[in-house]
Amino acid sequence: MFGFILRRLAVAIPTLLLLIVVSFLLMHAAPGGPFTQERALPPQVLANLNAKYGLDDPLWRQIVNYVWGIVAHFDFGPSFVYPDRSVNQIIAAGFPVTLTYGGIAFVVAVAVGVSLGVAAAIRQNSWMDYLAVGVSIGAQVLPNFVMAPLLVLVFTLWLGWLPGGGWGGPVYWIMPVVALATHFMASIARITRSSMLEVLGSNHIRTARAKGLPERAVILRHALKPAMLPVISYLGPAFVTMITGSVVIDMYFSTGGIGRSFVDSALNRDYAVMMGITILVGALTILFSLVVDVLYAWIDPKIRY
Amino acid sequence: MALLEIRDLAVRFATTDGEVSAVNGIDLDLERGQTLGIVGESGSGKSQLAFSIMGLLARNGRATGSVRFDGTEILNAPPKVLNRIRARRIAMVFQDPMTSLNPYMRVSDQMAEVLMLHKGLGKHEAVAEAARMLDAVKIPDARGRIRLYPHEFSGGMRQRVMIAMALLCRPDLLIADEPTTALDVTVQAQIMQLLADLQREFGMAMILITHDLGVVAGACERVMVMYGGRVMERAPVGPIFADPAHPYTQGLLAAIPRVDQKGERLTAIPGSPPNMTNPPPGCPFAPRCAYAMPACETMPPLDAFAPGRERACHAGLATVRAGHAPQPDLPEPAAADLEEAPAGILQEAKP
Repeated sequence: MFGFILRRLAVAIPTLLLLIVVSFLLMHAAPGGPFTQERALPPQVLANLNAKYGLDDPLWRQIVNYVWGIVAHFDFGPSFVYPDRSVNQIIAAGFPVTLTYGGIAFVVAVAVGVSLGVAAAIRQNSWMDYLAVGVSIGAQVLPNFVMAPLLVLVFTLWLGWLPGGGWGGPVYWIMPVVALATHFMASIARITRSSMLEVLGSNHIRTARAKGLPERAVILRHALKPAMLPVISYLGPAFVTMITGSVVIDMYFSTGGIGRSFVDSALNRDYAVMMGITILVGALTILFSLVVDVLYAWIDPKIRY
Repeated sequence: MALLEIRDLAVRFATTDGEVSAVNGIDLDLERGQTLGIVGESGSGKSQLAFSIMGLLARNGRATGSVRFDGTEILNAPPKVLNRIRARRIAMVFQDPMTSLNPYMRVSDQMAEVLMLHKGLGKHEAVAEAARMLDAVKIPDARGRIRLYPHEFSGGMRQRVMIAMALLCRPDLLIADEPTTALDVTVQAQIMQLLADLQREFGMAMILITHDLGVVAGACERVMVMYGGRVMERAPVGPIFADPAHPYTQGLLAAIPRVDQKGERLTAIPGSPPNMTNPPPGCPFAPRCAYAMPACETMPPLDAFAPGRERACHAGLATVRAGHAPQPDLPEPAAADLEEAPAGILQEAKP
């Protein structure tokens, strides 16, 4: 198992390099640049800026310099648009925010989604099942850009219970968490339900019942683990998506997370910020698909790496 | 009082194509220590009969009638009642040991939980006791191998594990549902021998469900032949082979390939089992029966005609015994029949 993890981490390095090169090339292929403005800058100013940020070097040299900066100094460069801030600072300020509300939203989505899915499956075709399926379909079709303003309308404007935006103590977390978790919760509930139904129909569950185990033990001890396999493969990428934030959440609730920085950087051609967040998401994706594989091996003894 | 008393048991399944009746009005008595073989082809209702005794029918299944075990009514009993009997008094061995053991749990945990639940043993004692039972079913190095997962055992060894797990609480009744069907022929004989030995050693009653008359011959005292959810014939094992009194039993015996008849074509019962969403009125075997007559439109009663022997057939005993029935006048399967066949197969597979 340790050998497997080391090998996977070793493979992650070329994967990340490839990600960097491809994103870098795509980014530069897009028209415009960080200093493109409505009123064109004087050519001499533009040339100076390009020289300062190294944009006049050939592309391959820029990539090499960029990667070297990361490897040697863990420096993702300065922001092209906010000259007083480095990418490291932008991510250090925004990532804890999205990590907080995304992480909590993840826990909420898993807890509610799995419970709902299991409850629906063990009472298939009962009111409980219909309620759970109805709730998850409703939650799935309600996009967060509709959900977010509705929450603000009800809980901030009408009831006045929660602050409508900003970032501070736990009261500021509630609405972003709910708005982000809802959709994921619905998917988790649906996957859990169908996977649980499949497991409950399998032969080894009949054996467990024939052993005289109470239904609770049949579900918790025998059915839950295998039923979680498809859920876990969904949760890996979902977790990364959630903790790296959502532009909708960051905009509606002014949370200051990196979800918004990511979109802004793309619009402003803030090359360094865009690359920094791309690498962060890429690295997390690689890491959590490894976590998913390890969890799979932990649940299913037939999987050996 | 018999250990197991079944009266007028019927099992029906609600499917999208209508109601399928898998078992129709079965009566059955089983004494302590007795062995009964239930024989029939796929879809004859023999497995569903077993599942209904254990309360293990699929969600869409409904059982009616009465099943009394040691004097207690257990048919459709609440889970609390059933869970006191399952494993402790009635245990079951399933057909497919590859999928019937939990692939995600160590054998030790799967076996120990039975003893912890029903005997109140601690984990350590339970695992030790489970290892002793694995020894009893002749698994070499039981102590070491109990830590393994099911996929680390071969098919035959897995079925031994299954049997050991079923016997942990020394049940009064063991129901073995096609215990050898999924195994290699050489392994089949070993498993049957093991079951027969253990049955004698533990003095438990056994119901052996199979479609293989050969399996029944070695292991059972009595045989019940089922077709279309009904009992066709019931007798001690000797007479079933020596003097089959029902056309269907005759057909089954004729279909056993014999080593001493080299080069002969295999005999098969013409036709195919009835579609149970829409079973024929009367005797379910009539459409395939060489002795069919107008009276077969009604189901013949299961009548005793000799001590311990019963048959359900309108045809005279002498006629059937004479056995030289003309091949039934079945039409060649026409194109329309072939098109219908898959639907019938699907419906059968549903329960």
